[in-house]
Amino acid sequence: MASKANKPELIVGGKRLDGRAFDELRPIKIEAGVLKNADGSAYIEQGNNKILAAVYGPKEVFPKHDADPTKAIIRCKYSMAPFSSLEGHGRSGPNRRAIEISKVIREAFENVVLLEEFPNNEIDIFIEILQGDGGTRAAGLTAASVALASAGIPMKDLIYAVSAGKIGEEVVLDFNMIEDNYSDADMPIAIAPRNNEVLLLQMDGSLTKQQFEKAVDLVIGAGKKISAIQKDALREVYAKIERKYENKE
Amino acid sequence: MMIQMNAIDYVNSKYVRELASKKMREDGRDALSYREIRVAKGLIKNAEGSAQVDLGATRVMAGVKMVLESPMEDTPDVGNLIVSAELLPLASPDFESGPPSPESIELARVVDRGIRAAECIDLGSLLVEEGKAWSVYLDLYILNYDGNLFDSGMLAAMSALKDAKVPAYSNGKAVMSERVAPLKLNNVVSSCTFVKIGDTLLLDPTGNEERAADARMTIETDGKVIRAMQKGLSGSFSRQEISDIIGAAFGKHDELKAHIDKG
Repeated sequence: MASKANKPELIVGGKRLDGRAFDELRPIKIEAGVLKNADGSAYIEQGNNKILAAVYGPKEVFPKHDADPTKAIIRCKYSMAPFSSLEGHGRSGPNRRAIEISKVIREAFENVVLLEEFPNNEIDIFIEILQGDGGTRAAGLTAASVALASAGIPMKDLIYAVSAGKIGEEVVLDFNMIEDNYSDADMPIAIAPRNNEVLLLQMDGSLTKQQFEKAVDLVIGAGKKISAIQKDALREVYAKIERKYENKE
Repeated sequence: MMIQMNAIDYVNSKYVRELASKKMREDGRDALSYREIRVAKGLIKNAEGSAQVDLGATRVMAGVKMVLESPMEDTPDVGNLIVSAELLPLASPDFESGPPSPESIELARVVDRGIRAAECIDLGSLLVEEGKAWSVYLDLYILNYDGNLFDSGMLAAMSALKDAKVPAYSNGKAVMSERVAPLKLNNVVSSCTFVKIGDTLLLDPTGNEERAADARMTIETDGKVIRAMQKGLSGSFSRQEISDIIGAAFGKHDELKAHIDKG
């Protein structure tokens, strides 16, 4: 959270700076299968976020001593491009924030990927933030979920993530960067829509128990929309192929 | 990262999982109790503040060093807080030397977030003159690992901050041998960590319980509001389980705060 000294008014006349209602997502666009070499990939735009996710594998673990003979291991690397933020030039290489985010995203996917099907293998997930505007770990996870599915990796569920938090005393969904910087609480959550179990949850700021419950309501409410967009992106991969060959005949 | 378990860990995991399914624990505690907590402050005289916390067999030392630095550009009128954690190889056969593991980075960042979000340190009081402020370096040293580094780490961190005194400053220089005033604190945050084993939620997991756990949840509160949360491991929580954990965390705050305030 940035200093509160020059905090802008984030809610004016019951609306947010970008005109959204408190429970409104930014516009989301997802495209699957955008990278040729990857086994699965997806590109997401959520507001001004532009994020690529790619999946390689399952493939043999290297170095070999990291292999687990009972199941596959997941490796996850979240990183922000040096040019992705408005302020400053990000240094290359993983920083402490990126290492923590990579860890919690990996743990969320370990819950749904059927790891036992691929002993001694690894599945690599790469999330590259090309342009960041708040909520990148959540949008990156949503994209990575589509990338895994497009790689044909068996999963129990197509998971999604979005953040909710607090501005003043209002509980609000899907912060952009300005809201993120000056919010009173921020809480990214990943959900398995099949049973609404929580797979990733981080929070800092100030929330009462009631506000926490409200925030989870907003996340699960928005999840129906996000899930539908994820599935449409996967269907579109095949619809594209279908259109291509229909036109030829 | 521990991927393959050795035989002893495997047997122990199986044992605590069986116990958990019967709502029992290896040390006979009930699900909502902490192990014995002991806090010793001020053991390291060269540090501006220090505390050693024993939580059962887990031992964490926290040290506070104050360094005179320029404030950050975007916050020119306050001092900095920098939290690090070292999972020392002498603390467990599972810890290895080398660059910080994701686990140690997560621990430091989660403790940092709670202290920062609860505005525990009066960072404004650390400015000594324009362009000069004390930075608070808070280092968590894990000396013996038997589970629950989040709660023991937070207890040690808050206790060391309570113990800390600000060095003197005269003629534009820090005088480290003289300490003038206690570090000004505005709030106390406590950390409450549960693991989930099967369908059972256990507070303050031991090392064996942590190795056997499906999921972990940490709630940091100041007794009034939630200040930070972190879910860990690959298992999941239902909404109801998280609500229950939050309720329990609020219930434990006074007990934990008493240990921090003491001495």
